[in-house]
Amino acid sequence: MSSSRAWGSGRALRTALAVAGVGTLIAGAAACGSSGSEASGGRVQITVTGQPPSTQPFERKVFDADVAEFEKTHPDIDVVPHEGFMDPKTFSAKLAGGQLEDVYYVYFTDPAQIIARHQAADITEAVKAVPQLADLQPRLLDTFRGENGKLYGLPTANYTMGLVYNRELFRRAGLDPDRPPATWDEVRADAKKIAALGNGVVGYADYSKNNQGGWHLAGWVYSMGGEVARKDGDKWVAAFDDDKGRAALRQLHAMRFDDDSMGSKQLLQDADVQRMMGAGQLGMYMAAPDNVPVLVKQFDGKYADYGIAGMPGGQGTLLGGEGYMLNPKATPAKIKAGLTWIQWKYLNPERFEKHVKQYADGEQPVGLPTEPTPDIWQGAVRDRQLAVKQKYANVPAENYQSYVDTATRIQGHVEPPSAQQIYAALDSVMQAVLTDRNANIDQLLSSAASKVNGVLAQVR
Amino acid sequence: MSSPRSGSVLDWPAVSTRAGRRTPTEAERRRSRLRRKIRDNITAYGLLCAALVVFAMFSWYPIVRGVLLSFQQVDFVNPPTWVGFDNFTRLFEDPLFGVAWRNTVLFTGFALVFGFLVPFLTAVLLNELRHARAFFRLAVYLPVMLPPVVTALLWKWFYDPGPGLFNSALHALGLPGPQWLDSSGTAMLSLVFVSTWANMGSTTLIYLAALQTIPGELYEAAELDGAGMWRRLRHVTFPQTRFVLLVLLLLQIVATMQVFTEPYVMTGGGPDDSTVTVLLLLYRYAFVYNDFGSASAMSLLLFVALGVFSAMYVRLTRRADA
Repeated sequence: MSSSRAWGSGRALRTALAVAGVGTLIAGAAACGSSGSEASGGRVQITVTGQPPSTQPFERKVFDADVAEFEKTHPDIDVVPHEGFMDPKTFSAKLAGGQLEDVYYVYFTDPAQIIARHQAADITEAVKAVPQLADLQPRLLDTFRGENGKLYGLPTANYTMGLVYNRELFRRAGLDPDRPPATWDEVRADAKKIAALGNGVVGYADYSKNNQGGWHLAGWVYSMGGEVARKDGDKWVAAFDDDKGRAALRQLHAMRFDDDSMGSKQLLQDADVQRMMGAGQLGMYMAAPDNVPVLVKQFDGKYADYGIAGMPGGQGTLLGGEGYMLNPKATPAKIKAGLTWIQWKYLNPERFEKHVKQYADGEQPVGLPTEPTPDIWQGAVRDRQLAVKQKYANVPAENYQSYVDTATRIQGHVEPPSAQQIYAALDSVMQAVLTDRNANIDQLLSSAASKVNGVLAQVR
Repeated sequence: MSSPRSGSVLDWPAVSTRAGRRTPTEAERRRSRLRRKIRDNITAYGLLCAALVVFAMFSWYPIVRGVLLSFQQVDFVNPPTWVGFDNFTRLFEDPLFGVAWRNTVLFTGFALVFGFLVPFLTAVLLNELRHARAFFRLAVYLPVMLPPVVTALLWKWFYDPGPGLFNSALHALGLPGPQWLDSSGTAMLSLVFVSTWANMGSTTLIYLAALQTIPGELYEAAELDGAGMWRRLRHVTFPQTRFVLLVLLLLQIVATMQVFTEPYVMTGGGPDDSTVTVLLLLYRYAFVYNDFGSASAMSLLLFVALGVFSAMYVRLTRRADA
């Protein structure tokens, strides 16, 4: 009796709750990952990355306004922007979970590996509908081509490495800020003079951590006229274990230990070096022009205080950049809509003037060889963009003339295959040279070359 | 004829015959017992089921999937392909693999020397205190409350070879300052100091709790026998806290072999790969090279290595419970 009563009240309720709990869990788990793709009214809905974070209010406003304008002019496409750019830590997880955006942002270091892993849609046919494809620099497009010659993405911005320098420190050290160093010997001499100012001022700094050391060492090797990797028949091999590589490392080692012009603190990465430059404690470092707005905005600096010189030596430089690829699981309709968005937003000469004017009106820098005028075009379109840039220029263009002059004639090397793994191997070379007075450069290079050959032999 | 137990008759399937009720068979009795067991415990099973589903989804499934991934190549677009031991072969061919294990064992060794002795001695000292005990306990525990990344960044400044705290103090005393994180000879040891400082609070408190369970009479008896502080430590304190020491030793081995935050934030594995640890290399395989097969293979190897210590820990604690 009593037991049946319990069954009929408390126990039944408890059981029902327990079952409901399990049911909810299972339902919840099943609901995970399901997402709609068709917007209302038969419009194609695409998710896109590249929306600047709210900590960059101007860029965010421009992006959101562009989305609104695009949807107005393309009523059949619904763009759902997602904040952020490329995060390798979440990329594969998002892809596995069906959460990767239809149009996703990549650095030039990523496409080769993404293509090899079949993680991008083949857009060779679909891209034929994109106007101005022929006006893009072919070497940038090649970054997005697979071994099979097919195209998997589009470049939207690029940079070449140069030398960012502090004009104020140049003046204080008795150097002419309008004549930045053009060779590595001049860099060395100038760094010595700047470091002689004392008070913890560093003449030249470089990265050596989290793959950024390897990335910059690649820049050094190119600047000496060398190569990081080269094609040997149908496979890639390491190419930096030669006189060029040795010259680059000897120069760094001499500046660090013989001249003491690189400071004692090493294992730096971009944020550390930018902090030193922003605080007026650093004379020069290797970087792309997009570093200057960062220095000005984050450290309350002035554009007039910074200059950019071309890569010292002038024999070559590292060419990097960014672009967009499409989700391999995207439907043809989404791919078409995605390419329409990329072309309209990033590869649109018709919007050059409007885009640049937005930046000029927002008191953002115009005239630097970076956003809003990335150097991805060739021929007449490039000239058209240059004219717009000059019309709205609001930063002292003469501070960057050396860089611009060099950029037009210097050979840019795109990132090697398996770039991040190669940079990881070269990181340790950079670290040893900058932290070990007795570093054996020959041994470092040959050991790194065998590591890199191992990486290149098993590109997967 | 066995008489049915009271109360259980109702549970048997009643089979009416002309001859009246027949005695149920053993199989029927077993079935009915099972039915009753299920009916009595259905709520418990239901609630347990919820926990099991959560565990299965977020703990067991990822472990099983990780083991499977170790033998697969995945791109998360096409179905996984079985590659046998290729991922393991790839790891063994990576020169950094051996370096990472060596560094990890080195870190664990150093961390045990410092992270085991220092908290124990601190606990002994705290136990001897008569005044301001609460203050010192709090002071010792304070670093544990700092987020690991904050700790790492703070110590990065301490170690700065130029204007850093340590070298500034050494220079003020006219002594040369080492390169700390910037030399492959001292980088690993520098990371051990950080780890010890950050984690010793919890260990110290556990030791302190163990010390306070030692009966005072033992110390009194030892004192009467003329034992000094070191002899009391050796003959009373150590034997009485032996079990806690052993358990914490095993737990520390398991924890320190998984060191990641300090090298990731402070050195990135440098200089010259001297602080690349197993977990840091695993992270690179997964999130830099996007090679989840090799990363899983590496985690499986680490899992097996740590499993030995975990098994020892389980056996120890089981023996203590017995």
